[in-house]
Formats: sequence, structure tokens, C-alpha cells
Amino acid sequence: MTKKQISSSVNKKMLAYDKLPNWKKYAFISAITLFFLALYISFFGIQAFFQQLVNGIQLGSIYALIALGYTMIYGIIRLINFAHGDLFMFGAYISCFLGNYLMAHNFRYPFIVVLIFSMVVTALLGMAIEKIAYKPLRFKPRLAALITALGVSLFLENFFALSPQNVPFPLNKIVFGPKYILFPALIAEKTYNIGGIAINNIKILIVIITIILMIALQYIVKKTMIGKAMRAVAFNKDACLMMGINIDKVISITFGIGISLAAASGTLYALTYGQLQSPYLGIWPGLKAFIAAVLGGIGNIPGAMLGSYVMGVSETFATSINSNFGYGIAFVILIVVLVFKPAGLLGKFTKEKV
Amino acid sequence: MKIIKNIFNLIKGYYKFILITALIYLLFQIFDGSIPIAPRLLTRYYMQIIMFALINIIMTVSLNLINGFTGQFSIGHAGFMCIGAYTSAYFTTILFKAANMAYFPQLALFIFSLIMGGLVAAFAGYLIGLPTLKLRGDYLAIVTLAFGEVIRSIVRSSDEIAAFLNQIGLVKFSETIAKISGPRGLSTIPNLSKFWLVYLITILSVIIMRNFIYSTHGRACLSIRENDVAAETMGIDTTRYKIIAFSLSAFFAGVGGGLFAHVLRFIHPNNFSFIKSIDYLIFLYAGGMGSITGSILAATGLTILPEFLRMINFQQWRMVIYPLLLIILMLRKPSGIFGNREFSFLIPKRKEVN
Repeated sequence: MTKKQISSSVNKKMLAYDKLPNWKKYAFISAITLFFLALYISFFGIQAFFQQLVNGIQLGSIYALIALGYTMIYGIIRLINFAHGDLFMFGAYISCFLGNYLMAHNFRYPFIVVLIFSMVVTALLGMAIEKIAYKPLRFKPRLAALITALGVSLFLENFFALSPQNVPFPLNKIVFGPKYILFPALIAEKTYNIGGIAINNIKILIVIITIILMIALQYIVKKTMIGKAMRAVAFNKDACLMMGINIDKVISITFGIGISLAAASGTLYALTYGQLQSPYLGIWPGLKAFIAAVLGGIGNIPGAMLGSYVMGVSETFATSINSNFGYGIAFVILIVVLVFKPAGLLGKFTKEKV
Repeated sequence: MKIIKNIFNLIKGYYKFILITALIYLLFQIFDGSIPIAPRLLTRYYMQIIMFALINIIMTVSLNLINGFTGQFSIGHAGFMCIGAYTSAYFTTILFKAANMAYFPQLALFIFSLIMGGLVAAFAGYLIGLPTLKLRGDYLAIVTLAFGEVIRSIVRSSDEIAAFLNQIGLVKFSETIAKISGPRGLSTIPNLSKFWLVYLITILSVIIMRNFIYSTHGRACLSIRENDVAAETMGIDTTRYKIIAFSLSAFFAGVGGGLFAHVLRFIHPNNFSFIKSIDYLIFLYAGGMGSITGSILAATGLTILPEFLRMINFQQWRMVIYPLLLIILMLRKPSGIFGNREFSFLIPKRKEVN
């Protein structure tokens, strides 16, 4: 007996939407979207619209990189890794310190070196966290791992926010301190004016790097042996054990890849905004990216990208109207989408069989 | 005669409970100087911490109702708290000036405002529960999170809402909304939360929630936690019970929020962010899911622990040690301190069936 057959009256009402054919659903959603966009253009003009679209795509790219890591880790061990936003912060800070060092020594191409270095170091930290905190809980209740992830998140942000003068010797070299620091200008900013829309080279670079990393990720997941192993582990862990797949290694590598994407996102974020407020800066981007991943259907890589761009664009549009509105819009969109499409935009709603 | 007998039976059923709570109350009264037989150890500062601990008990036990006993996963509890806090502060601060009232009308108004806060929060819980409780697991979690944040951003944009209402002609209504002063925080809340009142309300809430859990309805909720498909086959309307549990939990969260507003006497939307919800989640899981005892002890202990660390000059390190302890606890004992065991005085005696 499926869940659907014995669903209650509330479910039946909601299922009216599910019964529509696919093209009608998409027509419905795009009609609503177009309506809002037309409203925006009629109020603020076409130029503001394209400007906000560009800004939104940039923000969406930053979200997308974090969301990809979230969705990969969720897909493979069903864990909402709350520490992801803090690893994003760690990546941003590491790239800031290395960037300062390289700029002081007149290095030729600092940005690429900084990006790769922060990705590698943060990935190592993430893999260490996975070994220490998540691995012992792999076959325990799922929520215990979730609380551990919350603990790791709190630990990372509060530990790195300690101020160096109050901390004993070996640690005071590691902590970042609670004050805000400026991010070095690794790339000279150039602004191009295309038909009244300001686009700078950093925005272009961010979008290009995001696309490159997404393609690389897609290649790894779909074409390589380790990607095949990842998909297998996500599908069924016990069967993987029987087939001789080293689950621990696969999960560790997944963490490494996911977290290196978050670190790359952190570097790009710092480059865009030019400063790092405090070690608590990862909380909200992390949360927004997680919501983007859920919006697209968590565990689904194209879904995470789509969700992030939807989030980024809608957030910049709403913020240009009112900052509070911009803050809330992401959550409103999420609730509306999940009410109508319970598994996210691209996720498949699996019926429970007994 | 029958009434006296009933009252006698009631006292007989609860005598251990009454004895223990009365003893604890007496201890507090002795040490805060109300009964002058011992040196005054608990200053106003400590009493405030204890009151926050009591409020956290209400919040954690009510969260336990959803997460621990009904098996749903809600991480937006601070949203309900926010609704309760603002509603009750609206009654005591904006609509009526409780500060200028005589003692008994003041008390009556305060209790009325708490109940109203609870009811509005419960209604919000009902509204959000109706469409979303068909979502399962992490999707429900993220919707509740989003709901909490939406509430917060609505309160934060109270000025814009007031301006909008003014524009469309509802001047009187817009003036009231403007007095909430969302982004600046609502201050001048009268000091109505006396210790005895907070203590009494905490005990009453815990008793009501415990009685709910051990009633027929509570058993239905437990069966949903164990296996919702099996529960549905046994003729339990799972959606209905989920909504009941959700609304009841939201009600008590609203009451807790009302008390919180009147203890702190200043509320700001940022008090009720995602981070606050995470606190309650941590209390709940540290204590043990599905254990009222665990919730009570963990809420008390983990409220006092950071303050204790502050007291012994661990100011810098307190927020580092707290998550570390949490991680260690989760690694050593993933089911929380109490698992799902209870103190015997919290379990009602079974009636003999003749």
C-alpha cells in the first residue's frame, strides 16, 4: 500500500497541483515569475533590471559553490553539514592571509595561487573534521551527527573569533580575531559600461570560475571512477561494502571536494566585497546556500545550481526594493516552492513503499 | 464531597511532584534573601539567569513535543517564540500601559497577554503546519527554519509596513504597527515576570505537556514517531495529530516568548534568529530526545554553563568550550544524556483497570 492511497484530506488538496501535467506546471511557474519581473521593470526600468540581473548572477555563483558542497555531502551521508558556512569563512580568511603575503612579495599571479591554496587547506581541515567528528557517528542515529555538525560550526566560529592577545602561544598564531580585516586587491578592478550596465572584471571572473568548477565537478561525478563510487555510496552503502568499495575513502574525498568548493566560494566572496567582517560571516551565506540546495532538490547537483541562481537573482531584486524584503524573500520562495513541489525544483518525490 | 475527593486524588497523584517543586522553590527563596535564614547568595543577576533557564525549560520541552515525541524535525522554534514575545509585549506595553496599573489588574493583564501570545503562536503553527506537514524529514526542517526567519524579517520591516498602511488610509492601524519599531527593538517593556510567576508557569507548562504526552493523543503522536505509515494503518489521522502537536508546541513556545520579553524587558527581532533555535535544538539533543527529564536538566545546565564559565574568568573561552563539550557528548553518547528515560516522579501512575 503506498502512502498516497491512505493520505488524508489535507494531502488530497495539495495533490491537485501534483496531478497537473508537467508543461502546465512550468507554464504556471514561469507566468508568475514573468509577472513579477514585468512589475519590477515597470517600476524601476529595464536598465536597473539588467544591472540587478548581473549582480544576482554573481551572488548566485557564490551561493552555488557553497550549495554544491552541501548537496554532495547531503547526498552521500544524509547529513546537513552546518559547519559548511564556517569552512567557507575559513577559506576566505586563509586566502586573505596568503593574499597579503603574496602581495607583499610582488608575486606574479597571486589570485590563482590563493584560490588553489585556500581550496586545498580548507579541504584538509574539512576532511580532518569528518574523520574526528562525523565518522564515529556514521551508523548512529542521524540526528546525533546533525547536532555534532552544529557543535563543529559553533566551535569553528567561536574559536577563530578569539582575539590573539588573549590566547596562549601556539594558538595565537592560528586564530583570526573578532575584528574585520581588509582583503587585498588581488586583481585590479576594471569597470566596463555596457549600455548603462556596470560590469566589472571581478564579476566576470567569478562567473567564469564558478562555471569552470561546476563543469569540473560534473566531470568528476559523472565520468571518473571516484565519481562512480560516490554515486554508488549515495545509492546504497551496504551494497557498496559488499562490492569492495572503500566507503570511508569515498566519503572523505566527497567531503574534500565539497569543502574545497566552499573555500573557493569564500575566496570569491572576499574578493567581491573586499573585506571580512568577522569569523561569524559564514553563518548567513551558508544558510542561504543550504536553502538554495533544498530549493533545487537536495542531493541533486544541477538542482543546487538552479536553486542558487534563483535565490541569488531573487535576493538582489528584492534587496534593491528593500533590504528587509531582500532578506526574507529567499525564505518565502522556499516555503512556496516546497508547498507545491515537496522535493524541490528538480528533486524527485519518492513514494514510500511498505 | 465528591469534589473534595477529586482534589484529594489529584494531590495524591501529584504529591511527589508538588513536594519536589515546592522544595526547589523554597531553596531559591532562601538563597535569594526572601526568607532571611541564610546569607543571600543569589543576587538579581543570578535570579535572572535562573529565570532564563526556566524559560529555556519551557522552550525545550515544547520543542521536545515535536522533535522528540512526534518525530517531526522542526528547527524554527525561535519564530514561535518571537510571535509570542511580540504579541504579549504588544498587550502589556503598547495597547495597555501595564506599568501604571495596580498589582492585580497588572497580573491579570500579564497572564492574559501570555495566553494571547501563546494562542497567536499556536495559530501561526497551525497555519504553517497545515500545508507543510506532509513534507518529511529535512524538508520540513528547512521550512520551519524559513518560517522563523520570515517572521523575523516581517517584524524587522514593521516601519515599511506601517508606511504602506498609512498610504492606503489605515492611519490608526499604521500608528500601532509603527510602535512595534522592529529594527530598533521594542523597549520599555514593564518588569512583570516575577520569579514565582515564571516558576509557576514553567511547572504548569511542563505538567500540561507531560499529561498530553501520556494521554491518548500523546500515544498517537508517539506512534507517528515510531512509524507513521503503520500508525496510519491503525486508524490514526497522522496529519491531524502532527498539527495538534505542532500547534501545542507553538503555544508553549509563545508563552515562553512572552515570559522572555518580560524578563529581558527589551526585544529585538535579532534575539529570535536561527541561532536561538539552534540553542534549543542543542538543549534538546544534549538532554535526550523523548525525555522530559533530559530536556529540563539540559536546558538548566546548558543555560548556566556558559554563565558559569564567564564567572570563573573563562570569558574568552566559554563559547569554545561549550561546543566542544557538546561534540564530546554526542560522540560518547549519541542518544543524549538521558536517552528516553525519565525521573519516576514525572511518570504518571497507571490506573488500575477493574
